[in-house]
Amino acid sequence: MLRRPKWNNARVSQLAITVVGHDRPGIIARAAEILAASGMNLEDSSMTLLRGHFAMTLICAGESSTSEIESALQPLIDESLDVTVREVPVEVDKSSLGLPYLVTVHGADRLGIVAQLATVIAGAGGNITDLSTRLVGDLYVLIAEVDLPLEVSVEALRREISRVAAELGVDASLRPVERDDL
Amino acid sequence: MLPTLPSGRVQDVVRAPDHVLSVRGHRADPSDPQVVQLCADLVATMRVSPGCVGLAAPQIGVSTQAFCVDVSAHPKARTSHGLIVVVNAEVVEATRNEKGREGCMSVPELTGDVKRATLITVAGQLPGTGEDIDITTDAFEARALQHEIDHCAGLLFLDRVAGAHAIHARKVYRDPPAP
Repeated sequence: MLRRPKWNNARVSQLAITVVGHDRPGIIARAAEILAASGMNLEDSSMTLLRGHFAMTLICAGESSTSEIESALQPLIDESLDVTVREVPVEVDKSSLGLPYLVTVHGADRLGIVAQLATVIAGAGGNITDLSTRLVGDLYVLIAEVDLPLEVSVEALRREISRVAAELGVDASLRPVERDDL
Repeated sequence: MLPTLPSGRVQDVVRAPDHVLSVRGHRADPSDPQVVQLCADLVATMRVSPGCVGLAAPQIGVSTQAFCVDVSAHPKARTSHGLIVVVNAEVVEATRNEKGREGCMSVPELTGDVKRATLITVAGQLPGTGEDIDITTDAFEARALQHEIDHCAGLLFLDRVAGAHAIHARKVYRDPPAP
């Protein structure tokens, strides 16, 4: 008799997990170990240090429920480390129809740099697909990867970004992402 | 290729977000004694800065197209012309892009992955005589020249990083504690 893999019958859920808090060695190892032991496959993840804080977001898939994973991850949680778990619908992985561009901004830190520039990008229908910002001393740096719809006037958007950047007293540029397909 | 320069004075290095780093430098009159002194100051400041392989005039607060480069002691260098001091330089040929990680004395806390040509020809003038020169070079010296020419155009490596994850906090390695 053919035994069908359990995977085909069971309800597979996709969970979004965030882990944020005081950095120390072993957080990823412990979290990944718990998820593996719970039969959850770690799919896409991103981890970095934000002003020294551990910050990880991941999507995992498997048969465990939100509450099962929440309790499995309890040993990881303490007063300096926070964990959230929630089920998310499976998103269609849509490859971009737009053109990939890079927005770079740097200058003296002030309130509203991200807000104003992201508003300009959104206003043109641009979708930010990756963003990192850094504050070092007085210097604020923003790098955003943006998908622009094909019909967008890149020149008009570049002028608008320059105008807002000049108001903010920062330098900004918009240029195509260079890709080398080998 | 090395011009005779007066003795230079060590200057403070300007850091981003200082505005002088964001504006295109003026073309330099190579025979102007002030320009020659500026070049000497650049060399003197580069020499006293550990690990520094190049310095451009905007980095010492002067908005002029002048810089010095010396990669001769750097392990990544292939071709090296020793000390290069040049004004009004521009890249006239550039091929074979490669990504590499760059730091900058004016952005001391970050490094960035930047794609640059690895084979270039730069045209410029020598300070003092004003003689036109061409420098054809490769690898790390090519990267250093492009980085300094960018400074003279008001650009930082931050303007050329390859993606949202292409800037990094500079790692500071401390000596291990004594046993």
